[in-house]
Amino acid sequence: MFERLPEAGGGTITIAVDGIAVTARAGDTVAAALLAAGFLSSRTSPVSGAPRGPYCMMGVCFDCLATIDGIGSRQSCLVLVREGMRIETQRGGRVVAP
Amino acid sequence: MTATPELKTRYDLAVIGAGPAGLAAATLAAELGVDTVLFDEQASPGGQIYRSVTETPLQARAVLGEDYWHGAALVDAFRASSAQYVPGATVWTVSRDGEIGVSIAGVATIVRAKRVIVATGALERPFPIAGWTLPGVMTVGAAQILLKSAGLVATGQTVLAGSGPLLWLLAAQYLRAGGSISAILDTTPRGNLLRALPGFPAFLSSSYFRRGRDLVREVTRQVKVIHSVIALAVAGGDRVSRVAYRQTSGIETTLRADTLLLHQGVVPNVNLAIAIGCRHDWNAAQLCFAPVLDAWGQSSVETVAIAGDGAGIAGALAAEQRGRLAVLDAARRLGRIEVAQRDRAAAPHRHALHEAERGRTFLDRLFRPAKQFRLARGRTLVCRCEEVTAREVIDAARGGCPGPNQMKAFLRCGMGPCQGRLCGLTVTELIAATRGVSPAEVGYYRLRPPIKPITVGELAGLPKSAADIAAVERS
Repeated sequence: MFERLPEAGGGTITIAVDGIAVTARAGDTVAAALLAAGFLSSRTSPVSGAPRGPYCMMGVCFDCLATIDGIGSRQSCLVLVREGMRIETQRGGRVVAP
Repeated sequence: MTATPELKTRYDLAVIGAGPAGLAAATLAAELGVDTVLFDEQASPGGQIYRSVTETPLQARAVLGEDYWHGAALVDAFRASSAQYVPGATVWTVSRDGEIGVSIAGVATIVRAKRVIVATGALERPFPIAGWTLPGVMTVGAAQILLKSAGLVATGQTVLAGSGPLLWLLAAQYLRAGGSISAILDTTPRGNLLRALPGFPAFLSSSYFRRGRDLVREVTRQVKVIHSVIALAVAGGDRVSRVAYRQTSGIETTLRADTLLLHQGVVPNVNLAIAIGCRHDWNAAQLCFAPVLDAWGQSSVETVAIAGDGAGIAGALAAEQRGRLAVLDAARRLGRIEVAQRDRAAAPHRHALHEAERGRTFLDRLFRPAKQFRLARGRTLVCRCEEVTAREVIDAARGGCPGPNQMKAFLRCGMGPCQGRLCGLTVTELIAATRGVSPAEVGYYRLRPPIKPITVGELAGLPKSAADIAAVERS
């Protein structure tokens, strides 16, 4: 788990994570906001279904993937939070309807 | 610096990456009258070493340290320059003739530059141990990014494991910020110090010596450091809960861990440069692939120079000097300055580069990561994306699979979204060790654009000329 240092101030932005309102700090990446809110994992792997969470925080590991405003598999460590943003966690690979 | 969203279609120079090398390069280029654009994937300048330097909530300078705040001067100079700054820009391809594919806020476009300076920096070396994919296991660099950019520190039991300067720096920054660390599991091999000794006099006279010694003292006063760790394994259910380690003495111990931070040095972030076609060779001293460059950073591709840690690990101070040297040569190639001018202007930067590189041999040897932490074994995942184990890679190599590109066909390793960034070196070294040849002979993944994922919609939305449309239209 992570906690915010006092000098970082509180959150002023509200995002929705799987429909639940979460407060984020302006300037946070989505990955940082999720970690601050206690979400260690934003997806499960498409191969084994194991949970995965941010590993590198700099855009190289692709383990922080999440669906952001309807677009799947975005690198949440590279996207800044915006008021009203909708985040959905991902379960495994994408299923294509027959 | 101009931060207009309007991109031009042509520039003299495109710089890719806004870390120390890219910032210094773009600033000097603009001063020399070179029409320059700087693309950076992050939202604010600084790269990873000076991440969030313009906006970090940690304003008490002592917490992150003066070396970090040096980055603010680089950013200020860049902002005062006429170079165009394009943040949030993901470069997904660069062609040999300077055609650059870049996505900004979900819209892809192509711009052209006469010359390109690749300043894509470093990434942390893969640390493949059992359980390293569990949530709660991150790199030391990731924790530092969370600290700098969001003022976040790990709570509960935080364990650091590995080796290298960044590990000690982050530990000190955490402690100064009010964070706590339960233990440091030091994996630096015992024999390294002896092998590093010939480089000690140079290190002693470098600026790194005092800073490094002070950091280690500061941290060891406050945190339990367990040395000579030769094995690590992470356990947990849907997140890390314990880390087991073994020391050279043979004693096995398990620690509770809510967060485990791993680090064993940094390596060049080669994906863009390799995809462009720049020749890379194995660097046996730094155990990584690095581009083949001349003294100005010129690569094997005529239009492309490489500066900063992407040119081989030398640290932030060296990176900015290498950025400036690459620009002086670019200005010469663009006809802005003569050879004599270039050489005269380069002299102070060469001197500063030499100073910044002093002591590097000692650091490379002292923090050379142990074989068992580079060459994973058994069921340990090597490729995180496609979940390929060390055993599978070794078996395929034994069965005759000669290199990483064939390994893709056998096992899919390196074919997931990270495109080998987190497994490439491990796979190369595993194949080399299994075949009994050098990593140089085995080579690296063949990387192709796009080097970052873009949507089909972005590709389809690329601006098209009348000729492009005519070429595919039925008449």
